[in-house]
Amino acid sequence: MGETMREEHSTYILAIETSCDETAVAIIKDGTEVIANVVASQIKSHQRFGGVVPEVASRHHVEQITYVLEQALTEATMTIEEIDAIAVTEGPGLVGALLVGVSAAKALAFAHQKPLIGVHHIAGHIYANRLQEEFSFPLLALVVSGGHTELILMNEHGSFEVIGETRDDAAGEAYDKVARTMHLPYPGGPEVDRLAHLGQDTLQFPRVWLEEDSLDFSFSGLKSAVINKLHNADQQGLILKKEDIAASFQASVVEVLTEKTYRAANQNRVKQVIVAGGVAANKGLRTALAERFDQTDIQLSIPPFALCTDNAAMIGAAAMVAYQKGNRADWAMNANPGLDLEAYGRR
Amino acid sequence: MKEILTHTAKETQSVAQQLARKLRPNSTITLTGDLGAGKTTFTKGLGAGLGVKRTINSPTFTIVKTYSGNIPLYHIDAYRLEDSEEDIGFDDYFYGGGITVVEWPQFIEPFLPTERLDLTIERKGEDERLIRCQPRGVSFEKICEELGQ
Repeated sequence: MGETMREEHSTYILAIETSCDETAVAIIKDGTEVIANVVASQIKSHQRFGGVVPEVASRHHVEQITYVLEQALTEATMTIEEIDAIAVTEGPGLVGALLVGVSAAKALAFAHQKPLIGVHHIAGHIYANRLQEEFSFPLLALVVSGGHTELILMNEHGSFEVIGETRDDAAGEAYDKVARTMHLPYPGGPEVDRLAHLGQDTLQFPRVWLEEDSLDFSFSGLKSAVINKLHNADQQGLILKKEDIAASFQASVVEVLTEKTYRAANQNRVKQVIVAGGVAANKGLRTALAERFDQTDIQLSIPPFALCTDNAAMIGAAAMVAYQKGNRADWAMNANPGLDLEAYGRR
Repeated sequence: MKEILTHTAKETQSVAQQLARKLRPNSTITLTGDLGAGKTTFTKGLGAGLGVKRTINSPTFTIVKTYSGNIPLYHIDAYRLEDSEEDIGFDDYFYGGGITVVEWPQFIEPFLPTERLDLTIERKGEDERLIRCQPRGVSFEKICEELGQ
């Protein structure tokens, strides 16, 4: 191992991500090229619970982290000595889960005397796209996942301004709860997306725009509208087609996300729009955005499916920017479940 | 048990805001109510009373969200912990020098502080809400009594 791959003038970062339900390790070259990318998912064990149960999650991370680490080095045919820095998701996330990654990263960095870099999970999601193509600034990122729905403006590498966010539920959370009410298997998002393509938008669910110039989101009312519709139909003995419920719900979410992203992109005269986070894997959203930004000067970028969900490659990509800025964590680094993105960017 | 009827979301928030000013650090409040009852609305009001500037939104997916105000606000949603019987370090929040709000408290009942304020919010109409305040422990009795006055 370790004789062939390494190029002398390149920077190799080993990155660890354990903020939620994936135990992941990746090795990234110069912040743009994936050398190894290993993800051990816990979705199977979570299926029993219909959600992420934190203590279950951290126990699994402990069981898998060493194996996943070795696998990444094997894939890269590299040794740890050939790595230039160790990066890890510092927050936000579940504290017990984050701690497994942070402890592993600290131990590795300490034992092998490598620089240690803490990364913000959402910065990672945005930088997933840099593994596909270079950024053009100003840049707008739409981050949509189970815990987040945010519009983030970037004027340069490593700087983040939140210009819109959800005031209640995240888009992915609305998907999860609607899926649960429809008795769909976990994870519910992809299943709703799949059904939506087989149905029609017949149920006229509300679109919540908030104040006229607001770039914020609200999905709680839509979620309630869907649940009420299902309950009322149940009581009246009506059978609604699952496909139509999914299609109508998805039509509302997608229309609001697409329109607000389009508006934000124009207001800020951005050159590029990036879609990030687990919901970026949603086919309905990808299609609607592609149509909306077609015939504009704005470049739309959506990472491939495998990089939309949680992974460590994206953490390695974001870490490269911190590495170049000279940001190093010390041995006191801790899991930071409430880490603020804008504050992280000001480091 | 004290009952307060509010007629608008704004009124609900001002009750929460008033409550925030009476709470001492290391106080825990549980919030029970159906979907759409206004648990998040109430928490936003509480946050405003504590001087939280950031948008308070759902912690369902992340389980806990931490906000800095005059003292910290810890917003816990135990919805996903229904089948978990393990302690995720709750005491770090309950006794972390701030105010802790717990939604879906029934799922983490064994871990809750015995001294706390139990609130339920019930939907009475489009905007009317009935807030019930149940003190657990003497230190919360006066707070309950004065609430909404």
